[in-house]
Order: sequence, then C-alpha cells, then structure tokens
Amino acid sequence: MTPNLVQDFLTSSARIYPHKVCLIAGEKKYTYQQLDRLSNQFAQQLRKSGLKRGDRVAIFLGNVPEQAIIIFGILKAGGVFIVINHTTKQDKLAYILKNSQAHAIIAPANQKEMLLGIMPTLPELKYAILVDEASESRLPFFKFEDFLTQGSPLEPRKQNIDRDLACLIYTSGSTGEPKGVMSDHSNVVFVIQSITTYLENTPDDIILNAVPLSFDYGLYQLLMTISFGGTMILEKGFVYPALIMKKIEEYRVTGFPGVPTMFSLILNMDLNEIDFSSLRYMTNTAAALSRTHIQKIKNTFPNVRFFSMYGLTETKRTLYLPPEDLENKPDSVGIPIPGTEAWVEDEVGNHLEPGQIGELVIRGRHVMRGYWHDEAATNQRYRPGEIPGEKICYSGDLFKMDEDGYFYFIARKDDIIKSRGEKVSPKEVENILYQFTGVQEAAVIGVPDPVLGQAVKAFVVLNQPDINVNDILRYCKNNMEDFMVPKSVVIVAELPKTSSGKIKKTDLI
Amino acid sequence: MEIQEKIKKFIADNILFSENGYPYAVSDSFLEKGVVDSMNIMEIVAFVEDEFSISVDDLEIVPANFDSVKNVTEFVERKTLN
Repeated sequence: MTPNLVQDFLTSSARIYPHKVCLIAGEKKYTYQQLDRLSNQFAQQLRKSGLKRGDRVAIFLGNVPEQAIIIFGILKAGGVFIVINHTTKQDKLAYILKNSQAHAIIAPANQKEMLLGIMPTLPELKYAILVDEASESRLPFFKFEDFLTQGSPLEPRKQNIDRDLACLIYTSGSTGEPKGVMSDHSNVVFVIQSITTYLENTPDDIILNAVPLSFDYGLYQLLMTISFGGTMILEKGFVYPALIMKKIEEYRVTGFPGVPTMFSLILNMDLNEIDFSSLRYMTNTAAALSRTHIQKIKNTFPNVRFFSMYGLTETKRTLYLPPEDLENKPDSVGIPIPGTEAWVEDEVGNHLEPGQIGELVIRGRHVMRGYWHDEAATNQRYRPGEIPGEKICYSGDLFKMDEDGYFYFIARKDDIIKSRGEKVSPKEVENILYQFTGVQEAAVIGVPDPVLGQAVKAFVVLNQPDINVNDILRYCKNNMEDFMVPKSVVIVAELPKTSSGKIKKTDLI
Repeated sequence: MEIQEKIKKFIADNILFSENGYPYAVSDSFLEKGVVDSMNIMEIVAFVEDEFSISVDDLEIVPANFDSVKNVTEFVERKTLN
C-alpha cells in the first residue's frame, strides 16, 4: 500500500529491509527492524501513559539517534511531534510548551533543573522523559530506557488519517514570537516524495546528516532516508569538519545536505587526501551560495550533482535548481519542486510577467495547514486561492521569474536575518536585550558575513555606565539559542531615529 | 601551564564571556558540556595558530586535539616541540 501516514514509511521499509542498517550515530547502529520495534515500544508506552490522538509531544534534544525512535514512536501513538533546538533557553522553551499545550517532553537529563523550574507553569505537561544514562525514573520524570522497555513491541492500532497533524515546527517571525507551523501527514508524505523524486534517491543512498534534526532540513533527511530505505549517518553537529568529511570516505556516503556556513568551512579546507568518489549529490538551502562558492564546489567536487534549493518552513521546500542548470542559471534558486507550482504576484494579486519583481506565491500539497492557534498570522501567510476553500502560501519573499520559469530571490519583505542557515528575528533578539538591566535601547540588524551568510549585529544604548560589551554578550549567550547570539555588539550614545521617533535601522547598515 | 592558562583565558573571555574565568574542568569535553559550537572551534584554531605561531592542518581539527582545554594544550605543546 502507498504510505499515507509518515510512520508508514518506516513500517514499509522495515518489511522490505528488516536487517539493513538505517541509522548510524557514533557507536550506535539501528536496523530497520530494530527502529520499527523500538518505536512501537515507545508508542505503546506513550499511549499507556495517557497520550491521546493529536496530543503534542516536544523533543528537546541534540542530534542523538534516539530521536528517530521518539519521532516515529510519537507518530505511531497518534501524537504530533515538535522538534525544538536543544540550545533553546528557558523562557522560549516554556513559551513553546505552553503555546503547543505539549503533553510531554523528551529532553537530556542535564535539563532536569530547568524543566523543574517551568513545569509548575505548564499544567498540560504531564511528564518529561530524560535521555541520559545518569537519569532515573521518578515522577514527573522517566528515564528513556525504562520508558522504552516497558512498552510492547507490537505496532499500536492505527488511529490517525492523513489529515491529522504529524508535527509542529516552530519558526521565528518578524513579531518576535515563535509560531508553530502545522504539517499534517499528507503534507509531509507529499514533500518527502517530491524531494526524493528530484534527488533520485534509491535504497543505495547513504546520507551524512550534520544538520540539526530540530531544523526541518535536518529532520526531513531522516524522514526521507527512512522513506527510500537508505542509511543515514547522523552527526551531532559540524564542529569538526575534517572528521565529518572523512566519514564520506569511510561510509561511502552518497548524499550530503549542507548550509552555506558548512560549505564555507569545507571550501577552506585542504581535502586532497579524502576520497569523495562515492558522493553522488550535495544540497544547499537556508540561504543562497555566492557564485564564487558554487564555482569552487564544482571545482572541488567535479562529479557531484549540486542542488541549490529554496524553501520556507511554511511549505517545507519550495524551489530547487536542477544541477544541469547550474552552469547557465547560477543565480537562480530554480523551479517549483515536482507536483507544485509557484508564481510572482504584485500587491493587488496580479500574476506578474517574467522579469517583474513581486511576492513569491506557492500552491501544492506542501502548503502546510497554518500556524498553531494563531489565526491572524495564518490568514496573513495562507490565503484563499482560486478554487474555493483552497489555501495558497504567500512566502513573504520578493522574487522574479525568467522567461523559462526559473525563479530568482531578490529580498525578504520582512527584516528576518538568516545566519548560519537559521532564521533570526531581530525583534526577538531586541526583546531579550531589553530585559537586560542597563539596556535602554537596542536595534539588531544583519550584516553580510563570508562564513555565516549574515551575522547578527546589535547596537545598544545603555543607561548604566559600568556595563561592557562582554557583559552583554555573556547575557545573550545565557538567554538565547546559539545562532541568535550577536556576533558583535556596539555600544552607542544614541540610535538614529525617524522624525516620528522610530529607530531608523537603515542608518545603522 | 602557561599555554593552558592562555587557552582557558581565551575561551573564557571570547567564547563564554565569563566573569570568573574558565568554569569547567580542563579535561571536560567541549562538545559534551556545550562549551563551543562549530564556529567557536574555528576561533580556537585561529587563536592557537596566532598565539603560539603554529600551523594547524585541517585534518588535525579533531576531538583528540580540540575537544578540551587539556587536549588543546597537549596539541600545542606537541606542535611547539616540533
């Protein structure tokens, strides 16, 4: 049967390739059959612990292999998973848990104290499962291993249909509050099939994933690999680039998903000693690579098909540039992914001609269901299409299209910064800065950076004399996710203002 | 000891922005403790190259050389001996 729920990919691959290794992370290895059974156990125990169809479960972990068991376990239990960046700090974590009305959370044991601090404010959060050898099971905490071994390995009875939600992915918006993008099973299944179609994935593919699973790009690497019966090498991060590159040779890796920051690091390395002959393709998304970088990649990896891609969490992936067009259209981010369409619109809804600049509008099964409990933001992003009842997605990005139907990114309509491939809301950083005693005014902008894409830069006006830049940076590091922490902070006497008194950021650039 | 202190101070001042020096044990893993991210490792590499006049090969940027203050110190000591 064609999979119509995300977890069907796992059950189907486990039937076809029971003893094949699907996931390798450091010393740990799982076959399809093992992952299938372990996720059944996790699902059964979630149900026994009170999880109802549609309940949300938050995953607050780094790139550990247990995430695969947990994600598929939550889905098999009929739940909705939420992936949260593991460097998220207390206030934002509490916000997401509250906003999503999460039923449970899975976190590393060293976050126990932080969880104890926020759990009393979250009446809907029933318990936390701690993934760590040192943890113990005492309510409201369960040790992951204990929780898992209590569940039956039989597949739980299916409750969901493909219109039920599979996941919420929180994304930064210009308002500063993160919003949960709702993906139903049909959205996720469709996107997986569309992307694996143009990447021409086969069960022989071995994917090396150093992108966080909390980022949809990293998450979909896992889901896609399971869908085509491949193998994924999961890395905790891109901290030791040479070591990761050597794994391409060691495991005969065929696919490498990267973001511009990773490619910048890779291209500065001496890679002569590494055998890349197994590598079939590389993908880039999150931000465009410069023409020089693309040329360097082509020189360094001449036999690799390089896919330049564009997307937003609200549709997952939107555009991709077929590798054969890289030569003649290096500045384009490509065409709509298979089975979807896109066009450029002006402010009053007219489709624009090639060459004219307007907002990119997207139509297809990958258009997600909206933002969790945020009707205003949903109506802004997802608006009625021509067919009554259909929703199409307004990207918020300015594009133009050429005569051949290829799209070119021009600019964002909002002021979101893209740093290290992650979206940073200046407003969110400013809000946190304003909570620092001594900061009177703050303005955050993105500035071009050869490695990060854009670097976060903060300008602050102080009302206390004895604060220095390091105090502010330390505070940022303790109160924001890593990718949001400004690369530089400038203390100024005053900020440029418009005649109406609003901070004029254009004068800061 | 001087090398170790310099490395601790660099990380404390430039990566952790710490008020009270390097707060971890010298053998604590950077990755396990969440001391650094990928960008920070590159900063540490640039620092030791500059400070101790050594050159670090890309293939030397591995946990055995760069995952703790102790490892970095020993790496620098080996390099400066050569």
